[in-house]
Amino acid sequence: MLFLCLVFALLGLLLGFAHKKLKIKNDPLVEQINNLLPQTQCGQCNYIGCRPYAEAIAKNEADINQCPPNGEAGIIALANLLGKEAKPLNPEFGEQKAPAVAFIIEQDCIGCVKCIPPCPVDAILGAAKQMHTVIASECTGCELCISPCPVDCIIMRPIEKTANHWQWTQDV
Amino acid sequence: MFNFFWRKKKSTFTGGIILDGHKQVTKINTPQLPKELIYPLFLTSDRYTKACVKVGDYVKKGQVIAIADSLLSTPIHAASSGIISSIEKRLIAHPSGLADDCIILQTDGLDSALEAEPCLDYRQQSRDFLRKKIHQAGIVGLGGAAFPTAKKLSGSPAIHTLIINAAECEPYISCDESLAIASAKEIIQGSLIIQHILQASLCIIAIEDSKPDAYLALLFAAKETDIKIQKVPSIYPTGGEKQLIQVLSGEQIPPQKLVFEYGYICQNIATSFAVYQAVLLGIPLTERVITVTGAGIKQAQNIQAKIGTPIKDLVQFCQGYTEHAQQLIMGGPMMGIALASDEIAVIKASNCLLIEPIKASAIQPCIRCGDCAKVCPSELLPQQLYWYSRSQQWDNCTDYNLADCIECGCCDVVCPSKIPLVQSFRIAKSEISQQQKQAEQAALAKKRFENQQQRKLRIEQEKAVLLEKRKATIEKMKAAAAQRKLN
Repeated sequence: MLFLCLVFALLGLLLGFAHKKLKIKNDPLVEQINNLLPQTQCGQCNYIGCRPYAEAIAKNEADINQCPPNGEAGIIALANLLGKEAKPLNPEFGEQKAPAVAFIIEQDCIGCVKCIPPCPVDAILGAAKQMHTVIASECTGCELCISPCPVDCIIMRPIEKTANHWQWTQDV
Repeated sequence: MFNFFWRKKKSTFTGGIILDGHKQVTKINTPQLPKELIYPLFLTSDRYTKACVKVGDYVKKGQVIAIADSLLSTPIHAASSGIISSIEKRLIAHPSGLADDCIILQTDGLDSALEAEPCLDYRQQSRDFLRKKIHQAGIVGLGGAAFPTAKKLSGSPAIHTLIINAAECEPYISCDESLAIASAKEIIQGSLIIQHILQASLCIIAIEDSKPDAYLALLFAAKETDIKIQKVPSIYPTGGEKQLIQVLSGEQIPPQKLVFEYGYICQNIATSFAVYQAVLLGIPLTERVITVTGAGIKQAQNIQAKIGTPIKDLVQFCQGYTEHAQQLIMGGPMMGIALASDEIAVIKASNCLLIEPIKASAIQPCIRCGDCAKVCPSELLPQQLYWYSRSQQWDNCTDYNLADCIECGCCDVVCPSKIPLVQSFRIAKSEISQQQKQAEQAALAKKRFENQQQRKLRIEQEKAVLLEKRKATIEKMKAAAAQRKLN
């Protein structure tokens, strides 16, 4: 009897120790959900970035159809991961658009730097009273820089269809 | 000894089909100089060149007009002398049928060339020097895939066997065969240079047994060297890299592995010839032999064409189209791509132009006969892959080794329901690679966003610390002032 108590106590201690030592800091589900999100950090889902939205989905606070850039395929992927039923994109949060990147009309830019802090991926290059430009390869097309611009010199340009981006399709 | 070794291990690959040759081996004819040469700056996926000439510049034959932006890309040389008339968007030889930036060269008819820099004794030169020379000459694999040769010859891990691929197994194409008959000696020289660069102990030229003239020409030219000329059975696609290695050595390269990891390298025979020209004569790659053939052309023949020549000029040289000309294919009937117009120019990868009537046939549902699996040279299950790609199950496609499909088209030929299987595999492959690209882009954006968040947090913390410090100093000063008042 005493021996058994001792063994259980030891096992209990071991479990407690393992819990402390091997605790996973990040919720793995949040990480998995976040990996399925497009990382545009555009905030169209009403959260301030992709990770907060992933956290909200994990906590069942947000639905899976609030991410317009992710589109239908993304909703299906989320539904498969979470064992939920796929549903159409909620139009309240916007529509899925063709991929585009921001472009600064350089002769109109006054160098006010107002567009630089909102950019979630530091894709805008510029300094006060200097002309700014967008690094197109880093831009996620989140459109967060459009509204802060006082002279409306930032436009969204659809990504040009080139032979390099071209994909085989059924009708060729 | 080696002879015995190879004969003993001689085997064949699974699958494959025997096709009608339709090969008309003519001597290589040279057409007149085209008025205009067109050079696309886009090579293949993710590989670009950058124009280094301006509109109005006068260039000579052999002059670099576009430079490589990485080792995976190769420079472009002018094939004749003349003036750069424009750099504009033109249709390019690509399955997309899209236009892309091209350098347009108006030839002046003089064909004056830059002075060549030959390197007579290549054995005295370092292997790096020779690789650089090959890269600067703009040489790519001329079998159709156009992979940069210098990159392929980088020589690590160690290569024990160099295979010069002269199998040319696809019907209609006969450019390599006619080149082997006409320039066997030069090909042997080029092969020796490549063997020297790789330090490979063995060099084999593999040629189909249906090409006796070319076989004899090569055999005669190679008699004083260690190069082996080996006949391979005429089964399509024996010219595939892995298939050829299996036929020659009996060794099967596993799926998703590359042949150089196992000590083999395959080079096309025309590439060998280009290496000879680049190293021993100092001439960059500006011309290639191309087969113009099919029921839609009046006089099928092999042509020594300048790279950049518009296809319509070659058609004119072949006496024009017949009434059967309905589609234009670059490459052979099995693996070629349809081109939208004959305004498009010949590129380094163009080994054949096939002008054919369209053979339309109604697609029937799959009856699961399994014939496609029997002929697949990569030992895949085309029928299973077809279902997975149709239902967009990309993960399953990858698990069933879709990446190993060489798009040879054997399954298309034997399918009794006439299902365009290769087409659906191409769609699946490009979708999978697109998804990979998007995932990479998302990972990059995520990392940049997280870095920014961390930076903002750090700045906040630093501000807070600074504020604390200031508060403390103010407190101190206040206390000191109070002390002074008291005193």
